[in-house]
Amino acid sequence: MDSKLKRKLQYYFDLILVLTQKELKVRYKNSVLGYLWSVAHPLAFALVFFIAFKVVVKIQIEDYALFLIAGLFPWQWFANSVNASPMILLGNASIIKKVGFPRYFIILTQVIQDMIHFLLAIPVIILFLFLYHKTPYLSWLYGIPVLLTAQFFIIYGICLIVASTNLFFRDLERLTILSTMLLFYFTPVFFDEAMIPRQYQNFLYLNPLSLLIVNWRMLFLSGKINALYLLGSYSYAGFIFLIGYMVYRKLSWKFAEVL
Amino acid sequence: MINAAVVFDKVSKSYPMYHHITGGIKNLIFHLPQGIRSIKRTRYEVFHELSFEIKKGETFGIIGRNGVGKSTILGLIAGVLRQSQGTIVVNGRISPLLELGAGFHPDLSGRENIILNGVLMGLTREEIFKRVNDIIMFSGLDQFIDQPVRVYSSGMLTRLGFSVVAHLEPEILLIDEILAVGDIDFQKKCLERMAEFKKNNVTIIFVSHSMLNVERICDRVMWMESCTQKMIGSTNIVVKAYKEHE
Repeated sequence: MDSKLKRKLQYYFDLILVLTQKELKVRYKNSVLGYLWSVAHPLAFALVFFIAFKVVVKIQIEDYALFLIAGLFPWQWFANSVNASPMILLGNASIIKKVGFPRYFIILTQVIQDMIHFLLAIPVIILFLFLYHKTPYLSWLYGIPVLLTAQFFIIYGICLIVASTNLFFRDLERLTILSTMLLFYFTPVFFDEAMIPRQYQNFLYLNPLSLLIVNWRMLFLSGKINALYLLGSYSYAGFIFLIGYMVYRKLSWKFAEVL
Repeated sequence: MINAAVVFDKVSKSYPMYHHITGGIKNLIFHLPQGIRSIKRTRYEVFHELSFEIKKGETFGIIGRNGVGKSTILGLIAGVLRQSQGTIVVNGRISPLLELGAGFHPDLSGRENIILNGVLMGLTREEIFKRVNDIIMFSGLDQFIDQPVRVYSSGMLTRLGFSVVAHLEPEILLIDEILAVGDIDFQKKCLERMAEFKKNNVTIIFVSHSMLNVERICDRVMWMESCTQKMIGSTNIVVKAYKEHE
């Protein structure tokens, strides 16, 4: 029995590994710049926001470039995964219709893949820290895994919901892209949460992403984590993941029928 | 029961029909209960209370016209579809033989696709690495194995697909009409391999329109007609009846 379980775990590990490898390989196989793209993309966004808010609007935030990318990189992980999720199952229709392996692995792979891109972009943050005469903090060693885990489950939960539901309700695809775009402006990525007028401050807590982004930025810029926000993030993570799992469980047996 | 690989007991399967609201929204709202009932009720039943048994080590053919539920039966056995009613018992590890290139990624090389496919079919990487060379040998594609499969011809894709499945050591093999693509040489190889499977007591479930292939490899055949099975029995009797009927 024990060796059976061991094989099963080994199999799941291999499945995730091979599927993730596949995605990464496919993504970089035909491009000349390869890995650089996973950094260039968020950096290009950062440049646009820098011009818009620092140069034009003259926002009152110190070291604005650093401030921007510290929030933008984790945001990009969220946005990339969620925006890709409506198409994940559709894109793998041929396998889903024939092979009976657990389908959530396809969704999981997408989240892991974008997580890897985020991790690969952290050196850029370090580079910017040095440019602003700061250094990385030792607290990253536990801070990054802790925030990573919370964000992972939030994203995975949302992706499970969106990917499963989109098969039955294809409008979701457009809706998702719109929602992530709107959410971006309600999340303190390019502004400081202290800039929100006092009477609206509480709305910040309704957005699962804002608590995380604030913490990421604090961690990257000053090496600290707000414990209360962290607790909030983990509550959101547990809740969203649970809902995602339930939606997936309810719908997954119909996937092959509607694809 | 013990020596049965697959048992269908009064299995029904229906699909929902896609709806266009006829008569306009107004009509629907005024007759809401009936409207909802009609939407809920109009399901298309592929088959009703279908019962049969496939013995271990048997090669079982399923024949019939398009749309009578042959592929649905395979989907139910593979566990990708769920029956509306009845019970299905499956004893043994299932290996589906995918149609042309399904499960392959066009940008990956043949070798990478072998690993991808193997993992999707339930093998660990270690188990696949052990077999990779045999698979490549069997497929006869060693010249192209490091090329992306998008440059493969359809025949080459079939070869690769069958070669992977052939080395999975399946207990129940599902084959849905695909052997027609390879050249004669490879078809012969496939049939030989299937004979080998039969010797090793592998259960093969074979859906085909090619009576020639069915007669050549199947022990028993089920003839499906709309909603139910028309006939089930030894190959030559059923195929003969089928041919006369057509």
